Amino acid sequence: MTVPIIKDISAKDIASEPIRAGFGRGLKKAGELDARVVAACADLTDSTKIADFAKAFPDRYIEIGVAEQNLVTVGSGLAAMGKIPFVSSYAAFEPGRCWEQIRTTICLNNRPVKLIGSHAGLYTGADGATHQMLEDLALMRVLPNMVVLAPGDSVEAEKATLAMAKDRRPNYMRVTREATPIFTTADTPFEIGTAYVLEEGEDVTVIATGTMTYQALLTVDMLYKHGIDVEVVHVPTIKPLDADTILKSVQKTKHVVTVEEAQINGGLGGAIAELLGEHYPVPIKRMGMHDHFGESGTPEELLDYFGLTAKDIVKTVQTLLAKG
Amino acid sequence: MTFTPQKLSTKALELKANQIREDVIRMLVEAGSGHSAGPLDLADIFTALYFDVLKHDPKNPNWDERDVLILSNGHCVPVQYATMAEAGYFDKKELLTLRKFGSRLQGHPERERLPGLETTSGPLGSGLSQASGMALSMRMDKEKERRIYVIMGDGEQDEGNVWEAAMFASKYKLSNITAITDRNNIQIDGPTEQVMPLEDLKAKWEAFGWHVLEIDGNNIEMCIDACAMAKAIIEKPTMIIAHTVPGMGVDFMEYDFHWHGVAPKPEEAKKALAELRSLGGKIRSEAD
Ligand SMILES: [Mg+2]
Repeated sequence: MTVPIIKDISAKDIASEPIRAGFGRGLKKAGELDARVVAACADLTDSTKIADFAKAFPDRYIEIGVAEQNLVTVGSGLAAMGKIPFVSSYAAFEPGRCWEQIRTTICLNNRPVKLIGSHAGLYTGADGATHQMLEDLALMRVLPNMVVLAPGDSVEAEKATLAMAKDRRPNYMRVTREATPIFTTADTPFEIGTAYVLEEGEDVTVIATGTMTYQALLTVDMLYKHGIDVEVVHVPTIKPLDADTILKSVQKTKHVVTVEEAQINGGLGGAIAELLGEHYPVPIKRMGMHDHFGESGTPEELLDYFGLTAKDIVKTVQTLLAKG
Repeated sequence: MTFTPQKLSTKALELKANQIREDVIRMLVEAGSGHSAGPLDLADIFTALYFDVLKHDPKNPNWDERDVLILSNGHCVPVQYATMAEAGYFDKKELLTLRKFGSRLQGHPERERLPGLETTSGPLGSGLSQASGMALSMRMDKEKERRIYVIMGDGEQDEGNVWEAAMFASKYKLSNITAITDRNNIQIDGPTEQVMPLEDLKAKWEAFGWHVLEIDGNNIEMCIDACAMAKAIIEKPTMIIAHTVPGMGVDFMEYDFHWHGVAPKPEEAKKALAELRSLGGKIRSEAD
């Protein structure tokens, strides 16, 4: 069964917005709903979209300065006292700079800190490889107790933020810098731990996360013209992975392509390959970053260069199916 | 609900500290691995905290009015386990399960395994940050009666995270934090001043905006007085630099950095216990 999304996915005038903006709205709402919600930031309050919360709740906003190790560890202390702390920086620095503190003081210590890694993926664009965090999914996915989220657009990010505020586990959510198309609606469901079939098909399952789900949706019409009936599964929760939904789809189509704006090693591609390798081995192609760093450019140039556009997915699907 | 521990005389506290040292030696020799020097030199500070300074209830570890004690240098946890058992958190028999499979007394402290532990530590440098988050949360909630105590090693102050926290606690004027540095001058690779010089440590903390007290960390009365003094400082957080003798109480361990990260062998433990029982011939400790 599919869930409702926008009608015309390939509309030229499709609305777009940075995913981080949805986080900002969700955080402010979460703050209105629960006085225990607090937010801390490492000198990136505007660009990680904590500013609205900070303005609305100045007494619950904490400026840490450029100190990501302290950021997440202060978060652990806040959670210990019953707060629901959202801590944000760029994903390259958090979790990039402070993985051990996250491991020991949040995961092993089992404190429900809400980590926001902004400017993740190639959509970080002109800032270049240092800031295009591509390893966050892998880094966070290996940690026991950690929940890992990569919403597909700003509308979903807002729902995910509200869900995080209610979740009692440590959470990590990656969000992006540049505007990306909005394909979910107010009616599209979101639950932590659930994958969603956005398009039903018989021939191949394209499993995508984050911004890449939009690219996957664009392939539906393109592949149809080639006589290929694609099923698109959106995976906004990388961990815990919704194995039931994914296995059910793959048992039907018996062919899989995964797409992510992150390293496939340990990322979504890694997670799906592990799941299928153990439970239902079928031909699979993983699209994403192949043991490579990014570089400066527009998101469009970078997606094109690294082979992560809808056209590239179509080609990959065709190659996979041609092999039988 | 309130809980008022009975105040003990200095002499009684000293005997407790000695008993804790004996327990530490027994635990370490039974475990066959672990750290000796730090837990021994911290026995007086832990005695002062658990038997005088801290507001806590061993029978109700989650008491919501309790003070919070964070052990940032988690490798010294044997002294905390021994002190907790002495205070009645759990039966002393359990001390001999240290570092063994299935034990609540993990090699490094794990909060979720043992009631009374406030956090999980071992990797160094993150205790003061957690304390700062806790202290700030208490400030937000207008909880004025509770305090956060943090025990830190001196070697761990090589970690950058410590100084990030130092700036943060100072910025937010977290005067509800009392930090105590175990200044025993050793770390695993050698004397601190050879491995990575820390001095002028007092000047460093002062420059970071802290009130600094220096004490003899093996003098229980001084530990208690300094903690009381720290409470009176409301302008800034307080760092107590507690000068201690590494391996305190066991002659062949004292001042020798080689004992930082190793446990005594059975013969060495026997010697150490004999020495501790007579407190270097000065007093008799309580019977086992
Ligand atoms: Mg030391």
